[in-house]
Amino acid sequence: MDTIKIVLAGQPNVGKSMLINSMSGSNGLKVGNFSGVTVEKTELCFEHHCHMFEMIDLPGTYSISGFSQEEKVAHDYLTNEDYDVIINVLDSTHLKRNLLLTLELLKLNKKMVLALNMADEAKKEGIEIDVKQMEKIIGVPVVLVSANTKEGVEELLEKVHEVADSQERIKSNILYSDAMEEEILAIETFLTQKGFSLRDLSNREIAIRLLFEDKDIYKELHDEPIMMELQPIILKALQHLYTHHDTKNVQEIKANEYYAIARGIHLETVNCQRNRGKKSLTKQIDEVLINKYLGIPIFLFLMWGLFQITFTLGAIPMDWIDRAIGSFGDFVGSNISNEFMRNVIVDGIISGVGAVLLFLPNIIILYIGIALLETTGYMSRVAFLLDGFFHKFGLHGKSFIPLVTGFGCSVPAYMAARTLKSEKDRLITLFIIGFMSCGARLPIYVLFTGAFFGADKAGNILFLIYISGALLGLVMAKILRVVVFKGEDEPFVMEMPKYRFPSFTLIWHTVYNNAKSYVKKAGTFILGASVLIWVLATYPNQPLLDKEYQAKIEQQSNKESIKTLENELKMKKMEHSYLGQIGKLTEPFFAPLGFDWKMTVSLEAGLAAKEVVVSTLGVLYAIGDDVDENSNALAHELKKNISFASAISFIVFVMIYLPCLAASMVFAKEAGGYKYLAYLFIFTTVTAWIFSFITYRILL
Amino acid sequence: MKLSELDKGDRAIIKKIDSSEDLKTRLASFGVVRGSELSVEACSIGKQTMEIMVDDTLIGLRAEEAKEIEVEKL
Ligand SMILES: Nc1nc2c(ncn2[C@@H]2O[C@H](COP(=O)(O)OP(=O)(O)OP(=O)(O)O)[C@@H](O)[C@H]2O)c(=O)[nH]1
Ligand SMILES: [Mg+2]
Repeated sequence: MDTIKIVLAGQPNVGKSMLINSMSGSNGLKVGNFSGVTVEKTELCFEHHCHMFEMIDLPGTYSISGFSQEEKVAHDYLTNEDYDVIINVLDSTHLKRNLLLTLELLKLNKKMVLALNMADEAKKEGIEIDVKQMEKIIGVPVVLVSANTKEGVEELLEKVHEVADSQERIKSNILYSDAMEEEILAIETFLTQKGFSLRDLSNREIAIRLLFEDKDIYKELHDEPIMMELQPIILKALQHLYTHHDTKNVQEIKANEYYAIARGIHLETVNCQRNRGKKSLTKQIDEVLINKYLGIPIFLFLMWGLFQITFTLGAIPMDWIDRAIGSFGDFVGSNISNEFMRNVIVDGIISGVGAVLLFLPNIIILYIGIALLETTGYMSRVAFLLDGFFHKFGLHGKSFIPLVTGFGCSVPAYMAARTLKSEKDRLITLFIIGFMSCGARLPIYVLFTGAFFGADKAGNILFLIYISGALLGLVMAKILRVVVFKGEDEPFVMEMPKYRFPSFTLIWHTVYNNAKSYVKKAGTFILGASVLIWVLATYPNQPLLDKEYQAKIEQQSNKESIKTLENELKMKKMEHSYLGQIGKLTEPFFAPLGFDWKMTVSLEAGLAAKEVVVSTLGVLYAIGDDVDENSNALAHELKKNISFASAISFIVFVMIYLPCLAASMVFAKEAGGYKYLAYLFIFTTVTAWIFSFITYRILL
Repeated sequence: MKLSELDKGDRAIIKKIDSSEDLKTRLASFGVVRGSELSVEACSIGKQTMEIMVDDTLIGLRAEEAKEIEVEKL
């Protein structure tokens, strides 16, 4: 089967990723309504008419000479890699500026198809595009598509086939300004007279590149004798262009020329019927959402609402899950006769995995919130609103995007920081992403706030935890900016996308994928960790202790005191287990913060993954459980065994300390070395310790 | 006058852009070039950031960047 390698290029937020999704009929690529959703080259394969389509999704790029790190990815790929066809995706409702990139892409001299995406929106806005005319001018096939309604997608696939198979190219009819055309002709004629040719470039193309001072062409022509005669012609031509454009900056001349061409093409092919007076919906919404005075309060209110819902709405299914897990444990317990197996499964696996699964509803609500933020277009507005505030703390407004992503999971957040152009802004952002508590920490908070504050206050406390984490992050950013990463401020210019009503499928897939991976993690990694914790907390066997208590119990006749003795035995055994020994070893370090060895061990286990904190607590308290069957057993146990001050101090520590192993690895990669991970470890541990210590001492 | 001196609702034509090369390229790809018309859509508190519309594209920028753009009010 033949493979066609197709690369999608276009400005940010024009729907490249969504177009690949609809072409391939999958939902594999992340889509969001802001610039910089895709930050890494991503590949996806599917079959079409007996051909293998290998699609490459690139980060959006405003112009081919990249500006930020992820734009460089696009630039490098387009200029250096081998591929068959470029699909240049354009936003039909913003054709003029999208065409600027098209003009640059044409210079790559590759087979190309233009996909005018968002046809549905264009229709709604009364924009008509003359596709045939555009084809004639630009000289490449043009297809009107909508990744949303899938109209034109099949046609686009056909066109890609055709273009990939065809050898010849249609001639383009792009015309520059009169002055430029005059000089192009002069150079072109000279080259033809000399019988000169270079690669597959036409003489007209060579002339254009010479006039735009394309470095590569000068390099190639450097040793050619023709250069000697060419030089005075070029110099004269440039003089002419300088006076015509009133500047000696060739880049600016090029920009002017391109802009004029784009405007020309737009004028000839686009017919806009919109009545001018009417305010667009986006403008109306912006009147409220980025209102000078209301903007920030509205944002805070929405965040508060989200956490309120996360707790209160999440509590309903949580109850059911808790009961289901409880009865499942009982059922399994009463049906397994082998004591060892029963204990591993009930106290290890079911308690550990169950403790994590319990919080699935909260996680889902949180992810719905984040998905809404990402897909409606509100994200960029918040970056806009917060830039002034962020700027005071030495952060860039755009940092908001990775930081918000960090509320879901730190791994994509670290990668999202690539949209920041300045290396220092990026590093600072990387360092403080961990202060944005990720979804995996949510279960810990929900567990502790539920246990120690009661249902009516828990939502507020949850909000407070997230906000104070974020504020702390800002303060840390300021410190880092002043002490470590001094330097120039990066300009803030950012496109504000149109508000879009997110489709149900879009939200569903984002949330579903995240929920699925949460459950999958619970079923694999957390399960393994729970068994490990159980084993470590149960062994080695302690026959001496057993015998001692056996004797004591036999002497008792009172049921109550027998039970107390039995519990005492369990506790003692656990304290002497491997896990107990590890805990005791590190307990002194955490004792000033009010943590006992069980909390210490769960924090340490949490370095692997934050969900493990909860599963470890689940296992540890299940082993020591005095088997009472009321709901929310773990929360109940915690409240019984841990003081209020210790609990809050624990929350504070969890808020600040090192993210999970997977995230730490990504951090090291993104920051540029394990050296940075060591810094991060020290930075977060010291901060966490100090803040927990203060909290504990105040509350004690 | 400077773009940063405009208020919400004002319209203007761009006369000159004094930014660094990088920023100029970026602005140009938004359609912010000499001669284009813009309107100010929103300002944040203390005018730290402003939202402008050029050619149907909404762009957010900081006051410092807006200071580098010379405009003529309409
Ligand atoms: N109405 C409509 N919306 C679309 C269409 N295609 C994409 N969108 C929306 O446009 C936004 C951007 O889509 P993405 O696929 O993430 O854009 P992208 O080009 O990959 O963006 P970057 O990765 O940031 O460069 C999303 O909100 C989509 O829902 C379309 O054909 N019609
Ligand atoms: Mg994308």
